[in-house]
Amino acid sequence: MVTTAADTNDGPPVVEERSRSPFRLAMGRLVRKKIAVIAMVILFILYFTGIFAPLIANHDPNKINLRISQEGPSSEHFFGTDRAGRDLFSRAVYGIRTTVIITMVGLLTGSLFLGVTLGLLTGYFQGIFDAFVMRVGELVSAFPDILLIILLAATLRPRIVDFVRNIEDWTGIDGLVSSGAADFFVISVALLPLSWFGMMRLVRGQVLTLRTMPYVEAANAIGVSTPRLMFTHLLPNTMFPIIVSASSGLGAIAGSEVILSFIGIGIQPPHPSIGRMIADVTFQGGGLVSVLRNHPEQLLTPILIVFAFILCWNLLGDALNDAFNPRTR
Amino acid sequence: MLGYIIRRILWAPVLLFFAALFVFVMGEFAPGDPIEVALGQSYTEERAERLRENRGLNQPVPVRFIKYIGNAVKLDFGESFSRPDRSVWELLAPKLKVSGQLFLAGISISIIFGLPLGYYAASKQGQWIDPAIVGSTLFLMAIPVFFTGPLLILIFGVNLGWLPVGGWDGLFSTRIILPALVTGIPGIAGLVRMMRASTLEVLGQDYIRTARSKGLAESVVSRRHVARNALIPVLTILGFAIAGLFSGSLITELIFGIPGVASFALDALFARDFPVITTLALIGAGMLVTVNLLIDILYAAIDPRITYD
Repeated sequence: MVTTAADTNDGPPVVEERSRSPFRLAMGRLVRKKIAVIAMVILFILYFTGIFAPLIANHDPNKINLRISQEGPSSEHFFGTDRAGRDLFSRAVYGIRTTVIITMVGLLTGSLFLGVTLGLLTGYFQGIFDAFVMRVGELVSAFPDILLIILLAATLRPRIVDFVRNIEDWTGIDGLVSSGAADFFVISVALLPLSWFGMMRLVRGQVLTLRTMPYVEAANAIGVSTPRLMFTHLLPNTMFPIIVSASSGLGAIAGSEVILSFIGIGIQPPHPSIGRMIADVTFQGGGLVSVLRNHPEQLLTPILIVFAFILCWNLLGDALNDAFNPRTR
Repeated sequence: MLGYIIRRILWAPVLLFFAALFVFVMGEFAPGDPIEVALGQSYTEERAERLRENRGLNQPVPVRFIKYIGNAVKLDFGESFSRPDRSVWELLAPKLKVSGQLFLAGISISIIFGLPLGYYAASKQGQWIDPAIVGSTLFLMAIPVFFTGPLLILIFGVNLGWLPVGGWDGLFSTRIILPALVTGIPGIAGLVRMMRASTLEVLGQDYIRTARSKGLAESVVSRRHVARNALIPVLTILGFAIAGLFSGSLITELIFGIPGVASFALDALFARDFPVITTLALIGAGMLVTVNLLIDILYAAIDPRITYD
């Protein structure tokens, strides 16, 4: 949305650009936007940090050492330490990992797998299946997000934890529950309603228009099989809106994960998460005000990280939208 | 138009029926036996059996669901697990009142600031002020409530000492100002963007040019022709905007220590008080469906072009 004079300067298409695919053209427009590049760099750093958390953190994120409680930033503890003397930098790094995992799982399962597949199927076949899926979506969106997530997390968690325990007993693999695998699963399932319906409606709408295009009729006429038609002819043409919507959606998923951990139904302690770090500061005995006065870095660190996740995904989504639809700003 | 409104009105209860079914099934699926919880230490097989008989828990699931629906219509959602002496509704009603007031104040702030600002930004298109407003809304949308809450507390409560920083005193007290602001700020950002886009759309229409060319004063054109028409599409998304502010409102309650639904829901969550949690979800759905229904009807009434066929 923040457009500068620079990106209206695209000018008439140059001859050599004709040989390039629309996708590469759009990417070319994207990297010419400073804001988009900054957002991508920050996201890359965040995701790199999350994936390689054990290599980057220089302390055990859960090691309590009351002798160094509430220390300010130093060369040993980059962001200082919290009340229990845990290293805030390492906690932040592992917290980022939690958000990174949840956003990636949310993207792959909810948006891409469920949303895109259902969108393709309902848009192509229509009829009863379409009506059914749409009504289910309407039902899901009749609930306020947060209450539905709380309901799902509350009722599913005990069942899933039991289930994972059974797997442990049965296979003899230890530590599945304590590794937090069950938690990740619960949160991913609870966040599903947030992501699938929007993406599905988007893809469905696209497919509905594409179906009537002459090239689809032509493909039908020469006897292209249905799966092939869907995946090689329809899907690539819905790619741009999918990418834009996924990018903006990831910001929302990251924000929800932090909210869930903040209110205590996300990843359970002792696993570090950004929401948990904020809650530690907000609800601790001395009160929020005294922390803000004396150790603002304890609150600022996790908050800036959530802010970066949400803002960068939103900015990138906006920039992608402009890059894919250069005329409709 | 009438047909559309009637269809919408008929559809809402159907949606709520299935919402209730979903909530009921989730409650059944939830772990923990309510009878065991209710009896606690005095649990014996015999007593449990008698209590089950009394409460009708021995009946088949469909029968119990129909009873559940019948009672829910009368706002009877059964008993709380953790406070067996009180009904869920009795416990929930005062909390809902508090949360409702805060939420209302927050939405009012979003609307009061968001709509005029969006309109203003659109009218200044091409000047520096427009991208400045639009750019700052992106930041406002990304700033989490965890941040605006403490920040406003620090500035207005601690450093300036102008406003109280927590607690609850009803809708008409200074205590509500900070939490209402925190709830409303993300909404301001969203509404500015929608209102701006919608105003720009209207400004490009032929009838605006006609109005100007027949010599109407600019103030009349902007008030009667632009603003009114620009508000119509914004109205439709107001329902979504309201739903989007809800989770922020709950977090705000926690930060400011407001005795509303949020802390109550979390207590219920940790006590595994499932009747409370399912009731909350169902009431939330009821409110959201009602609000969206009202908006749809209003929309159809305002804009005669809408038929939805």
